[in-house]
Amino acid sequence: MATGLGSFTVTCQCRTVSTGGRRAQASGAGRHGLERIESCRRGGQTAESEHAGQGTTLSESRAVAAAKRLPVLKTHKVYVDGKFPRSESGRFDRALAPDGTPLANVCRCSRKDVRDAVTAARAAQAGWAARTAYNRGQILYRIAEMLEGRSAQFEALLAAGNATPDEAAAEVQAATDRLVHYAGWTDKYGQVFSSVNPVASSHFNFSILEPTGVVGVLAPESPLLGLVSATAPAIAGGNTTVVLVTGSQPLPAVTFGEVLNSSDVPGGVVNILTGRREEMLAPLAAHRDVDALVLCTADPDVARSAEIEAVHNLKRVAVRPHEDWTNVQSPYEIADLQEVKTTWHPIGS
Amino acid sequence: MTSSTSAVGTAAPRLRLGGDDGWRYAPAPESTDHVELRDRYGLFIDGEFTDAADGRTFETANPATEKKIADVALASDVDVDAAVAAARRAYDEVWSKLAPQERGKYVYRIARVLQERSRELAITESLDGGKPIRESRDVDIPLAAAHFFYYAGWADKVDYAFPGRGARPLGVAGQVIPWNFPLLMAAWKIAPALAAGNTVVLKPAETTPLTALKLAEIIRDAGVPPGVVNIVTGAGETGASVVQHDDVDKVAFTGSTEVGKLIRRALAGSGKHYTLELGGKAANLVFEDAAVDQAVEGIVNGIFFNQGHVCCAGSRLLVQESVADEVISKLKDRMETLIVGDPLDKNTDIGAINSRAQLDRIEEYLEIGEEEGAVPFRTSCPVPERGYWCRPTLFLRASQSHRVVQEEIFGPVLAVQTFRTVDEGIAMANNTPYGLSGGVWSDKGAKAFRVTSRIRAGVLWANTYNKFDPTAPFGGYKESGIGREGGLSGLHAYLQPEEAA
Repeated sequence: MATGLGSFTVTCQCRTVSTGGRRAQASGAGRHGLERIESCRRGGQTAESEHAGQGTTLSESRAVAAAKRLPVLKTHKVYVDGKFPRSESGRFDRALAPDGTPLANVCRCSRKDVRDAVTAARAAQAGWAARTAYNRGQILYRIAEMLEGRSAQFEALLAAGNATPDEAAAEVQAATDRLVHYAGWTDKYGQVFSSVNPVASSHFNFSILEPTGVVGVLAPESPLLGLVSATAPAIAGGNTTVVLVTGSQPLPAVTFGEVLNSSDVPGGVVNILTGRREEMLAPLAAHRDVDALVLCTADPDVARSAEIEAVHNLKRVAVRPHEDWTNVQSPYEIADLQEVKTTWHPIGS
Repeated sequence: MTSSTSAVGTAAPRLRLGGDDGWRYAPAPESTDHVELRDRYGLFIDGEFTDAADGRTFETANPATEKKIADVALASDVDVDAAVAAARRAYDEVWSKLAPQERGKYVYRIARVLQERSRELAITESLDGGKPIRESRDVDIPLAAAHFFYYAGWADKVDYAFPGRGARPLGVAGQVIPWNFPLLMAAWKIAPALAAGNTVVLKPAETTPLTALKLAEIIRDAGVPPGVVNIVTGAGETGASVVQHDDVDKVAFTGSTEVGKLIRRALAGSGKHYTLELGGKAANLVFEDAAVDQAVEGIVNGIFFNQGHVCCAGSRLLVQESVADEVISKLKDRMETLIVGDPLDKNTDIGAINSRAQLDRIEEYLEIGEEEGAVPFRTSCPVPERGYWCRPTLFLRASQSHRVVQEEIFGPVLAVQTFRTVDEGIAMANNTPYGLSGGVWSDKGAKAFRVTSRIRAGVLWANTYNKFDPTAPFGGYKESGIGREGGLSGLHAYLQPEEAA
């Protein structure tokens, strides 16, 4: 069974970091720390590939090590506008295993990264909403296909977090099935929630759902199933998203960006940023070009402060406090991120 | 009846009504002898009319005469506490235990008595708020009754509201409504709340409390259990204590975006349910293939209905350049026929501005518009000496950056801009933080559908304007609000779907 890139990354970066020195907090120190790590990597191998490979099994990597070939490590970048940039800030945070072992470096995004991601999401929104429901459904289904094909990689990533192999497998399967579920809703929720209204005058009057627009998502701790459950209903309904991954396990989210990028999802429809909630959430919640927030947090203070920022332009706010995302799927998750539009046309000659 | 539309004299090349040189309508005032108004009105709490605990009152006046109509109790925190406590008791002990169809039958009763007392309510509405009797008689009161009638029928059908889910009421609803459609807004708030099984504390606007208090009489006379509906009168402070009350489960507010944001901020983190129905600056787009005469009627209705005191008013006219001269010329001619004056006169098109404060606000915008370089056009009709009046006004050559284009004026003032292409018109229509409504005038069906689907607003009227119906959801995108009133969406706003099994 593949243990994925996780195991090997641990080995190498552990060494790198321990020699690389101090825990960086300030951005200057962060840049310094990142620089050290990168020069270390470049010493062995260029790590610029947009799509890191499926990873190397532990036994393979040992064999390779014996053969004096360094494996190719993956740089965990963010996913914005269909591309994989680093944080403009040049800062990083360390993703850690439950025992504190560093797994990899991830981008510590800034508020400027948040703004750039919103720009990308806004630019993509009209085009995504204009796709036919059938087309959006096929693309969501395509995401499920790509995720299924990468099951082993995600299982390894989740297992490197805190999941047992069985739990990891179950989570990847549930996330894949969730995408299939929402793929099927794209051309049905409108039929469930729209209406022709029997007005007492000679008008053809109907109410339909339209996407709210750009949706900011504070992703939950649940690293894959929660992420997918919070994001899929937004994009199924024609919204575009900026997803903040601030939990203890950011690596599955970064890799999920690669799944999206190979699934015909137009660039900018889902943008995934890693970093710290206290740096990214307020700028996103206050951003005037964001129309709605999905706050996956059980912390009432976090929700409250984001809600207050959201008042600037009266964002719609959905709070999702779930820890267990197993059963969080329904068309109401889509409807919460839709606007009802009522249109009147006279009937006459 | 003294109603008469006889024309005197010969038709002038440009039609003028009410002037000395043209046609003149004989006065056709609605008689008020049928209406009983008291000198003093109390709060309606727990089924009883009562003075405010501290005995304070405020005056409500007729904006057409500036004369006081009555003293009205001014509710303080103490009174709001009592009203919320009564609503909670009624919810726990009576209303939530009532068989749903019985609940619905109470709401049906309210609808029927509203219809029975429609003339009295229409006159009261025009006296207290200044709106033309034709509108209160033909729009406000019938729609209010229709709203109760529509939602009454939902009471025993809420299990069908959320496919795949059960539903339960929220509890006590705290509701604050504006002065532009006093009884109708009370109906929009109370009807769905009661039908869904909630109880209510409603705060009417301080300039127009009378029809809400007459509604309280009707609710009492209909036998609705005490405490199910409580009405507390007062100004902003009273409203604030209603929406911020700890024991209110749901807040419903109709009013300005500014106040709506304050309320939303106060609710942050509370977990309370809320619907906000806020301001607007709707574009009314006239395309070159529109039926021009119909469009002109629609423009007039869009902005001058209810003196322009309408959140969904078509206050920005966007005309395609090729027909702009013709449309504006016809619009000016049509505006010259509008009669400003006595709200109780059945010939009146534009009644009194609701209050001195609102008139001041409108007049400030009239100055701002000129200072910024838009070209004003005001009709020449006479207005009465006493009272608050504003003649219909256009601002021609307005540009996107003008405040009269960007900000809600809430008066009979229309900003006029032109566009060349369909895409430009849509972009201009959407260039606003508001998104409540919009109008499209074109005889090409495909184009009308395309434009209505691309305007980011909650209510779109194609080749019509300012139409309302209890079955049709109403509410805004963007900063025009959150949530919908009317239709099934309006019922959802007072229900909590049960969690999936």
